[in-house]
Amino acid sequence: MEFFVISLLNGISYGLLLFLLSSGLTLIFSMMGVLNFAHASFYMLGAYFAYAIAARIGFWPALVLAPLLLVAVGALVERFGLRTVHKYGHVAELLFTFGLAYLIEEAVKLAWGLSTVPYHIPPELDGPLFHVFASPFPKYRAFMMLVSVSMLAAIYLVLTRTRIGLVIQAALTHPQMVEALGHNVQRVFMLVFAGGAALAGLAGVIGGNAFVTAPSMAASVGTIVFVVVVLGGMGSLGGAFIASLLIGLLQTFAVAIDASPADLLGAFGLHVTSATPLSSVWNLTLSQMAPVLPYLLMVAMLIVRPRGLMGTREG
Amino acid sequence: MKKAHFLLTGAAVAMALACGTAPASAQTVKIAFIDPLSGMMGSLGTNELRSWQYAADIANQQNWTGGPKLEVVGFDNNLSPQQSLTLLREAADQGIRYIVQGNGSSVGMALEDAVAKYNERNPGKELVYLNYGAIDPAMTNGKCSFWQFSLDANSDMKMEALTSYLAKNPNVKKVYLIDQDYSFGHDVARAAQEDLKRKRPDIQIVGDEFHPLAKVKDFSPYASKIKASGADTVITGNWGSDLALLIKAGKDAGVTANYYTYYATTTGVPTAMGAAGAGRVKYIGYFGPNTPGNPPQADQVFDGFKKKYNDDLSMIATYTGIALLSKAFKETHSTDPVKVAKALEGMKVQSLNGMVQMRAADHQLQQPLVITTWVKADGKVVKHDQENTGYGWRTDAVLDAASATLPTTCQMKRPD
Repeated sequence: MEFFVISLLNGISYGLLLFLLSSGLTLIFSMMGVLNFAHASFYMLGAYFAYAIAARIGFWPALVLAPLLLVAVGALVERFGLRTVHKYGHVAELLFTFGLAYLIEEAVKLAWGLSTVPYHIPPELDGPLFHVFASPFPKYRAFMMLVSVSMLAAIYLVLTRTRIGLVIQAALTHPQMVEALGHNVQRVFMLVFAGGAALAGLAGVIGGNAFVTAPSMAASVGTIVFVVVVLGGMGSLGGAFIASLLIGLLQTFAVAIDASPADLLGAFGLHVTSATPLSSVWNLTLSQMAPVLPYLLMVAMLIVRPRGLMGTREG
Repeated sequence: MKKAHFLLTGAAVAMALACGTAPASAQTVKIAFIDPLSGMMGSLGTNELRSWQYAADIANQQNWTGGPKLEVVGFDNNLSPQQSLTLLREAADQGIRYIVQGNGSSVGMALEDAVAKYNERNPGKELVYLNYGAIDPAMTNGKCSFWQFSLDANSDMKMEALTSYLAKNPNVKKVYLIDQDYSFGHDVARAAQEDLKRKRPDIQIVGDEFHPLAKVKDFSPYASKIKASGADTVITGNWGSDLALLIKAGKDAGVTANYYTYYATTTGVPTAMGAAGAGRVKYIGYFGPNTPGNPPQADQVFDGFKKKYNDDLSMIATYTGIALLSKAFKETHSTDPVKVAKALEGMKVQSLNGMVQMRAADHQLQQPLVITTWVKADGKVVKHDQENTGYGWRTDAVLDAASATLPTTCQMKRPD
């Protein structure tokens, strides 16, 4: 029970961070049709900016300033990069973001060095918040959950309750019509891209100190965010939310299960020994497989339901 | 007259070129460093290259070799075995006869094999490979080679020493093994299982976990599992962020076990774990910067390196390697790899961790090992911190070379 509750909390908090990370990606994709390969690099930039700011004026200003800096970075990238290559089609945009990811990584290495930087959790958030029987639940995890959930609420409110949100939603499906009505669709695109970058940056601010801030951090989350987006359905915010939680919980609980196909066969009286063909495959435990399960799930999803959980586009 | 002079010089140059092993004095011996200098492991590789160069500088200043100067040249292999083989060829074409490498046993074994083949095909142009960190036991056992010299203790030796140390501690009752899912991780887990069963059959192995290499972001489920198992000791071969994240997640989950690690001192890990590992993280290796019995030059070299590069000397096997090589040059009055390799067999030198000896039978260095704990630097017991974190390694035990000595199955073929 204790193990179950703590795993549940761990799974949800990790899932929420994944959501924060992938929500920007899915927003940008649904608006602009751009699959942004540099999205994880914005996550990394967020962490490094926060590290640099936190070292000077503290963590709390960094929590606000780093995402704002990312807004600027995102806006500049959209205005002077993506908009220029847009006329050459999606392949050019894809290649542009792909190259950008490399550029950002090299820039980070030049600015902050090749090694890990000491970006730590602020002391007021260090330590356990409450205990589930004997297992402590850290304050910082709760803080991560709080930030993610409030961002989710904020995005939802902006998109459904404000004027700009309505324009964004309209521009999603009928950009020409929105333009004809006198709205600056280009600026809306820039806004969405900058907002998406800021969301990734915010994830970097709170994820960088919970995990490790190093130049390899972009690569370490680069693939999983795409899994979230594909699983949830390209461009669906709700889908990304469900997929993030699903992946968080799946990975957390799979680690706990030491059973392997060999055990299952054992229950039916078939015993796997080292002489059995493919014995190493049969003896793979679920916990060993845990980190690759999301990818298996993605492949299965693409076969069974290519548009994802809540996606609207087919194929 | 002028013409005769010209001819004479020409002949001398031709002779020098033909012999390759001109008189040992007034000559520079290049050493090729084949390791990652960019990418994920780039910072570690850069630190190691500097360690080699720093040791070589000391040797040059104090004339350890009795003549030839040493120069270490970096070749970036991106941690790839294939690329390393290309670089090996490139180094050999440049006339470099000495190779050093230390990251990754997959690279190490490829090099060991390639060097042996190269030497067979190119008599008179032999290469010598000093391995300062690839610690797969096969390299000095089943796959041993006359041309390879291991300067680090291999993973079985470390586990032998570590388990002997743990066996003496009655508080160790439940051990949890967690390793990266590749050959090295499996070696560590297997050796731990076997050694503990032999030395302390009453110790329970409460977990034997493998996770993919450098893929896990959130270690909290693993930490919860360790906590639920009630383990008092964790043994792990993890390195890099896999180690730092494991320790951080463990602290959050309230794991109170001690972590015995192989790689907690490598670049980046101390910074990332910081206070989270204090008092719990132990390291088994061949050098503790704060060991009271270290020879006096240890402090000097350690401080000098820090002053020059604002970084910590992480691998003193580099110093050992330069010391061995220099002594061999001096004793043989030659830089000929064949003579030098023969001289290295059984050679004893004073390194920064005390007296060390290159065992002739398998070319595995025999040296004392230490067990250290990550604690707050206090300026007295723990003088040197690491990576400016304010924390450093307190030496808990020094295990003499004999306690880590293992028999070898090496059947070495030596040149005539």
